[in-house]
Amino acid sequence: MKAASVSAPGEVVLCCSGLHRYLGRDEGRVHVLKGVSFEARRGQVEAIVGPSGCGKSTLLYLLGLLDQPDGGEISINGNVMSNTDDAARTAARGAHIGFVFQFHFLMLEFTALENVMMPMRKLGRLPEPEMTARAHSLLASVGLGEKSHRLGTQLSGGEQQRVAVARALANQPTIILADEPTGNLDVKNSALVFDLLTRLAKENGQAVVLVTHNPEIANRCDATRPMRDGLFV
Amino acid sequence: MSPNLRIAFRFLTAKKRAMVMSLTCIVLGVGLFIITQATTTGFQDLFIETIIGADGAVLIQDKIQSARTSFETEHGSGVVIETTQDNAVKLQAGIEEPAGLVAALDDNPAVVGVSQVLKGSVDISSAVRSDTGRVYGINIDQHLKVSNLGAKIVEGSVDDFRNRPAGAMIGRELADRLLIGLNDFIQVSQSGATPQRYRVMAIFVTGISAMDRERIYLSLSDAASVLHRPTGVSYLQLQLADPARAPVESARIVDELRYNAQPWQERERSWLSAFSALQVSSAITVLVFTLIAGVAMFNTLAMIVIEKTKDIAILRSMGYERADVTRIFLWQAVIVLTIGAVIGCVFGAASTYGISKMPLRNGGISGIFSAKYYVVAWDVWHYVEAVSTAVVMVMLASIIPARRAARLEPGDIVRGTAQ
Repeated sequence: MKAASVSAPGEVVLCCSGLHRYLGRDEGRVHVLKGVSFEARRGQVEAIVGPSGCGKSTLLYLLGLLDQPDGGEISINGNVMSNTDDAARTAARGAHIGFVFQFHFLMLEFTALENVMMPMRKLGRLPEPEMTARAHSLLASVGLGEKSHRLGTQLSGGEQQRVAVARALANQPTIILADEPTGNLDVKNSALVFDLLTRLAKENGQAVVLVTHNPEIANRCDATRPMRDGLFV
Repeated sequence: MSPNLRIAFRFLTAKKRAMVMSLTCIVLGVGLFIITQATTTGFQDLFIETIIGADGAVLIQDKIQSARTSFETEHGSGVVIETTQDNAVKLQAGIEEPAGLVAALDDNPAVVGVSQVLKGSVDISSAVRSDTGRVYGINIDQHLKVSNLGAKIVEGSVDDFRNRPAGAMIGRELADRLLIGLNDFIQVSQSGATPQRYRVMAIFVTGISAMDRERIYLSLSDAASVLHRPTGVSYLQLQLADPARAPVESARIVDELRYNAQPWQERERSWLSAFSALQVSSAITVLVFTLIAGVAMFNTLAMIVIEKTKDIAILRSMGYERADVTRIFLWQAVIVLTIGAVIGCVFGAASTYGISKMPLRNGGISGIFSAKYYVVAWDVWHYVEAVSTAVVMVMLASIIPARRAARLEPGDIVRGTAQ
């Protein structure tokens, strides 16, 4: 499978500088990110680690354009996205970013195949038969070729997370963002999902940024960025 | 199938119980709206058909005479000013020279028939009883063009009346009171004058008690003889190609021919108002069901929004726009609405048909019209109105949860701080 992006291997596809983010209101307002700068390159797997509440996930959601920063800049494939409107950020998410969340976040009324096809259907790049073929291929590559017609509710936690990985790769994004992708899995499934994610991303030349508490997973990444109190240390 | 529609359908099927509740309310709202409108309109239409069939669309009965007076006033230096003033309009009862008026009306393409009618109160006696009634002198061929009298004959025939000299047609109730039947003789007289003898050639039942109780039809010449009115008639009865245009045509007759013309809408205003009020009140009652359908839909969608916040975040993370989220929820409303409207229309139509086969209590209704079964009207507009009302209610109720879903920030949802 080839990545859709025109970026060259090793090239910076995601970068942010001086990111600030406050959460909460009034007296409960917390300065979560205090001028964070970061970049992710094609074919590289970066781990962001740190204690709970240090701002890892907040940074990830900002990088994934799911949230807006209070200050700083985010660029995706060279395009500044931090100050764009919701429609532009939504389009960028659909075309360039794949997400894997801790709690799988599959749409449980849909089959594994339909879950993987969902981002493709929205993007509309491929005709229906090609979408179906690609979804089958992705599910086969995560070892769920036989279970593609099972509903989300009929899959185990590990299987659901593997479907989520396949879904994140569906539109051949340049960036995969994973928030504790193995946080809810046992050791065996954690290793399986991590291996899948990194192998497929490297094969496709995608940048992978993952947030994890798991030191073993972090150690297996190309780079580890520890965070504390809203800053990289 | 569009991705949004596919997702909407799946979301709905996951909330079967709530969806069935919303669907039931829509079905009841649409169905009951159709049933109430069909029955109230049915009886109203029968009433209108009855009164137009009996007395035509327009009655022309008085000549308008505007009295104009002039007076002179003297001002200061011997100047005399003559002032002319139109006084209140005067009405001269009856139509003295109907031929000219009939000829003028015949030129009007909206008028399909004109019947000259001479009317008057009379004493009627049979071999065993006497009573009072009203004679209506008509030319039967003219009158059949402006009324459905021919269809109301229950004994005898119009031909017998037409062909038999000194024949009469009499209302069923009057005939019963006089204890007479077909081919019996009656004597008709006015104000103690010499009675004249007529043979009952037909008995009619219009369903309108006032008519069946007192009317007796004679030929125009016989009526003129009985009522001692050798010239002129009491009124002209008109039938129009489109009876709904009776007020317009009446106004034109007043303006152009200077005769007082009364359309059926004015003649039966009190009854029509009563029917209209009944129709509105039943529609208001049924609107409650549609309102409940809207509330049920609101609840269903609001529940789905709450339960599907994570799915909304997933969709947004995959590139689905706020408008897509709105559409997904509005599609759900449209799906339930479409199914509910179709089933509601079928339920309404089937129930309306069933009701039309139900006999009325105590053998039926008579008085202002005659009906033995519930009368229904089949009108596509009842279905359009019922569905439109449901569409407005349900879509209005769906917009709020749909927009709320679209406003959710995916970052807040995955962080677990979505409100």
